[in-house]
Amino acid sequence: MSGANPLYRLQNVTRQYDGRVVLNVTHLEIFQGEILALVGPSGAGKSTLLRLLNFLEAASSGQITFAGRAVNGAPPPLPVRRTVTTVFQRSVLLNRTVFENVAYGLRLRGDRKVRAKVYEQLVQVRLEHMARAKAQSLSGGEIQRVALARALALRPRVLLLDEPTANLDPANVALIETIIAAVNRRHGVTVALVTHNTFQARRLAHRTALILEGRIVEVAPTETIFTAPADPRTGAFIRGEMVY
Amino acid sequence: MHDMFSGLLQAIDLILNLDPLLFEIILRSLYMSGIALFISTALGIPVGAWLGFKKFAGRKVVTIFLYTGMGLPPVVVGLFVYLIFSRSGPLGDLQWLFSLKAMIVAQVVISFPLVAGFSMAAVMGLDPNLARQLQSLGATPWQMGVTMLTEARTGVFASVVAGFGSIISEVGAVMMVGGNIEGRTRVLTTAIVLETRKGNFDLAIALSIVLLSLSFLTNTLILRLQEGNFVRR
Repeated sequence: MSGANPLYRLQNVTRQYDGRVVLNVTHLEIFQGEILALVGPSGAGKSTLLRLLNFLEAASSGQITFAGRAVNGAPPPLPVRRTVTTVFQRSVLLNRTVFENVAYGLRLRGDRKVRAKVYEQLVQVRLEHMARAKAQSLSGGEIQRVALARALALRPRVLLLDEPTANLDPANVALIETIIAAVNRRHGVTVALVTHNTFQARRLAHRTALILEGRIVEVAPTETIFTAPADPRTGAFIRGEMVY
Repeated sequence: MHDMFSGLLQAIDLILNLDPLLFEIILRSLYMSGIALFISTALGIPVGAWLGFKKFAGRKVVTIFLYTGMGLPPVVVGLFVYLIFSRSGPLGDLQWLFSLKAMIVAQVVISFPLVAGFSMAAVMGLDPNLARQLQSLGATPWQMGVTMLTEARTGVFASVVAGFGSIISEVGAVMMVGGNIEGRTRVLTTAIVLETRKGNFDLAIALSIVLLSLSFLTNTLILRLQEGNFVRR
């Protein structure tokens, strides 16, 4: 990956809330078409990093470059911003049908092939039979699958996933992981995946980064992280020995 | 009991015989409250939504004022509107006192805080993560606002219903600034007061039944709108 042009480049990026630094990334590159897992304990700054990558918040300092364009300060233009989307740990569905939830982002963009694109994604997440169901009637796993379908219907260049399978049953986890791997492989979608589950990172990610107390301790090919971590803290985290 | 029964009969008689005086009063009441509700809705929903969305210094103070406005005594509103439009008042030159215009202004002042306050509460009751979710899906600020209002539609419609309820049945303010002038500013509520004072209980009860029916029909219409038009199926 290191030879390719990075899609994202972060240099000395910090994010502060009320004067408290919650993220301090000296250097991070995310490459087009890769799956990067961001692992670390709760409160480490992983979700904050995702929000910066989705331009939902601005960095307090430092430089973020996306597709060769500096995006610190003001967010990038709407067409650029719309190439990135997030599936959150607790996705919020609108008080509408499943179909309308998946169609929402497409309608925002004035897309003319809403029906075809929505059903394509509903088939992929195996919820086509529930297209007319009210979103409020769905289970936790179904909500996350609808949220994933809603994100994928937009054909994003970057898909950010904030613990998308937390608290889900194994069948839903397997389905969501299969879809993530497939869209990355088939369409070259760049994925940044925040997860507590190191096994999930190992199953899905090309590279994995460990974040502790807002700082990236180590980022390396996933197998390296698991078999020969450079930093002792990475090894401790992977082995579940880190108390936090 | 006899008065109520004969009032009911007279109400039916007045309606079936298309009593021109009654219909004139009904139409004037609907016109006045309809315009007032339209203005307070057009202003109140965006203001309430904005207050619900935005976090800014002084928001609590504004909220307290708004909540106080929700309980404004109509006679106090009537007094101030009277003073503003009286000949020596700041807007006396408009010569709106004892006209439908002054009555509409008074009703807007009464209903606006209710529409804005309930709309604000409805928006604040939404999932706190919704805005970020919509932003992540590529919504512009305008699209976010529309979506969030649509999501809060039950509360927003309740705000309109509350606003309507506060003015269709209101008598103190419209009596003070309208004067209950026959053929010009007499509306259902002021006519009820007048007929009661004159001892015409039959007619007063008939007018009350008409007023209640109007309120029932209008709220039914608003409820139908809430259930139908704003929900994509």
